[in-house]
Amino acid sequence: MSSTLLSGNEAVARGAWEAGASVGIGYPGTPSTQALEVFARMEGVYAEWAPNEKVALEVAAGASMGGARAFVTMKHVGMNVAADPLFTLAYTGVGAGLVVFVADDPGMHSSQNEQDSRNWGPFARVPVLEPADSSEAREFTRAAFEMSEHFDIPVIVRSTTRLSHSKGVVEVTRDRISTEPREYLKDIGKWVMMPAMARARRRSLDERLRQMSEFVEDSQLNRIEMRDSTLGIVTSGVCYQYVREALPDASVFKLGISFPLPEEALAAFAAQVDRLVVVEEADAYLASHLRSLGLDPEPVGLQPVGLPAAGELSPGIIARALGAEAPATRDSVSGLPPRPPLMCPGCPHRGAYNALRKVKAIVTGDIGCYTLGALAPLASMDSCVCMGASVGMAHGMRLAGQGSDRPVAAVIGDSTFAHSGVTGLIDLAYNGSDALVCILDNRITAMTGHQQNPVSGMTLQGRPTTEIDLEALCRSVGVRRVRTVDPHDLAAAEQAVREEVAADELSVIIFRAPCALLIKEKEQPYAVDEESCTACGLCIRLGCPAISTGEDGKARIDAMICVGCGDCVQVCRFSAIELTGPACDIGGV
Amino acid sequence: MTLPTVTVMLAGVGGQGTILAADVLAKTAVAAGLDVKLSEVHGMAQRGGSVDTVVRFGHSVASPITDHGCADHLVAFEMIEAARQLPFVKPGGRLLVNSRTIDPLPVLIGDLAPPTGVEEALVAEGAIFIDAEELACEAGSPKSANIVLLGALSTGLEFPLDLWMEVIGGRVPPATVEFNLRAFELGRRACGEGGACLV
Ligand SMILES: Cc1ncc(C[n+]2csc(CCOP(=O)(O)OP(=O)(O)O)c2C)c(N)n1
Repeated sequence: MSSTLLSGNEAVARGAWEAGASVGIGYPGTPSTQALEVFARMEGVYAEWAPNEKVALEVAAGASMGGARAFVTMKHVGMNVAADPLFTLAYTGVGAGLVVFVADDPGMHSSQNEQDSRNWGPFARVPVLEPADSSEAREFTRAAFEMSEHFDIPVIVRSTTRLSHSKGVVEVTRDRISTEPREYLKDIGKWVMMPAMARARRRSLDERLRQMSEFVEDSQLNRIEMRDSTLGIVTSGVCYQYVREALPDASVFKLGISFPLPEEALAAFAAQVDRLVVVEEADAYLASHLRSLGLDPEPVGLQPVGLPAAGELSPGIIARALGAEAPATRDSVSGLPPRPPLMCPGCPHRGAYNALRKVKAIVTGDIGCYTLGALAPLASMDSCVCMGASVGMAHGMRLAGQGSDRPVAAVIGDSTFAHSGVTGLIDLAYNGSDALVCILDNRITAMTGHQQNPVSGMTLQGRPTTEIDLEALCRSVGVRRVRTVDPHDLAAAEQAVREEVAADELSVIIFRAPCALLIKEKEQPYAVDEESCTACGLCIRLGCPAISTGEDGKARIDAMICVGCGDCVQVCRFSAIELTGPACDIGGV
Repeated sequence: MTLPTVTVMLAGVGGQGTILAADVLAKTAVAAGLDVKLSEVHGMAQRGGSVDTVVRFGHSVASPITDHGCADHLVAFEMIEAARQLPFVKPGGRLLVNSRTIDPLPVLIGDLAPPTGVEEALVAEGAIFIDAEELACEAGSPKSANIVLLGALSTGLEFPLDLWMEVIGGRVPPATVEFNLRAFELGRRACGEGGACLV
């Protein structure tokens, strides 16, 4: 045993490795991503990025059926994609242990919605474990593999941003449970879920759930901490830490397993305290289950201060909801400008949006760095719903009759296209849509921190591999107009967009240039010639963080930030942007 | 032994190296035998957005995050972010500010006016200003501005100097150890090495 500082994600990876998981599959998504990245670097494991979460869980199902312990990672919305296999895998059960790590994002630091993955427990009838710090993240992941094999069921380990991205001290061991694959025994009653077999497995599932409900009543993963009995808190996950901080004297029922719930133990706890309060983020999951058990937690959410129904909690929010005074603070400074995230200097997505803006396109968008194109000054994206939605939504906009005065285009990144955009494109080709689909191929999954993907030619563990031939793929599904342009060639990009929106059939433009952060050698930075600059503002409208307006309205380029991509040179009508002298060798900080 | 938990917030702009600085601080606290929690947020915010990281250490630390009025130290890598996170600092807390402004995009493109009165407000709150980039250049690279700020922070904490040096040496890329240690030293000196700040 030795102790190190690990994030929740790192600790989950560690736990999976120690538990003998030998296969890891996932799809990136903040805040879950590092769990698989760290696992992939450990000794004696195979790990891969799948194109999406459904495939990831299916690969894991096969590995488990074939006798290898399998570890799957994704963010909360990924579970929607993987839900189809998940529900039926509860019926089939597992071969070797199968654990799905899913990270929720209350407060939506990096997500399009808030979802509470604990709900998959009762919905899919699979156990859900909720660690509360890095140390438990390791321990619970190990326990999840044991439970998975013992009860013949996939197990969910649920995290949230504040667990995944917080570091704490963890005791780790070099010992690893044997990774020898179990023998595969053909068993169609267990693995072929056609109605007759599925009905039998449904009965088996109910029996397995009954056994699990017994197990959780005295599992070490749940913990009762009796202190002052006037106030009893039921909580789980990182909220437990906030409760300890905010209400150190309160008695606490800390749930480590949020499905199935230890009903008898909870009722006994409720009987021992004067006031029963539930503290949880995202959904009122525990509160409504307690109510269905006839236990009656106080509705903290309805009090004058109350716990918020949405967003994150904190020790202070909890303390105040239960009556504490807010601590004295300093006054905030009013009138501060917000600091939204922005496209990097040299980002290739800028050129694509510049072209779409020229034709005043209605742009159905998607999720990735290019989602930032919705913000000023590019302001060229009209929607963002879920991964892959851009393609189908462009078709739907056309069906609603849009597109006669302003063309309709979809914008989707390379990773997102491989994830679930390609099925949309098949729909458009099959049903004869005439929309324009723009694939922004920056050769990487950028938003989540540069993961390899089926378009990038490299695997998670650094093996060179085939890359999707996007042009051939689009043609093969029936798109006749497919072309590729360099988004940094603004004139060519604009011409391609003009021609393809004018075409009366489906077309695909692939905007191909590597993510600016993949380019290690910066080009010489540009500067503005003040004499020639007329303060027209065209370069400013590119939204490059290196370009600002001076008090005279003229443009300025910050040489420390400029990477020399040259996009602004091309939009300047007065040749006022030129190369600087020898680049100073001060990089950004 | 019960030590009160110390809460340090590091606030800056994506790409400024706040996360590395927080990591060094957390590792130093671990090396000193304390319990530590560090909380950061990755993802969308890293693309040039506001980034704040919290490090808490003491005998036993529960929550990784903190609340308004609860931080003992705020280390701000940029002035607008210092002003934004000001409500987190305790009334008696210490406020270290890199005397530098990075305009957010709405200001760069002229949609919003640059904020006024930020520096004055920080002065009124007793901020200690440090020109971290300049000291970092003096140390050998502007990239070590984050370590300059750690040096300044270190004068208000009780970890021995050699512990800091050891952790920095093990955490930054080998080729940069020398100027990072120099940067730490310059930050310490700018902040009066354990005494009152000179700025
Ligand atoms: C179902 C689902 N899984 C994962 C994510 C997290 N996520 C958001 S965007 C993205 C990929 C972006 O990559 P790409 O499409 O290549 O665009 P880029 O960021 O490179 O511009 C991922 C993995 C998500 N939002 N939804």
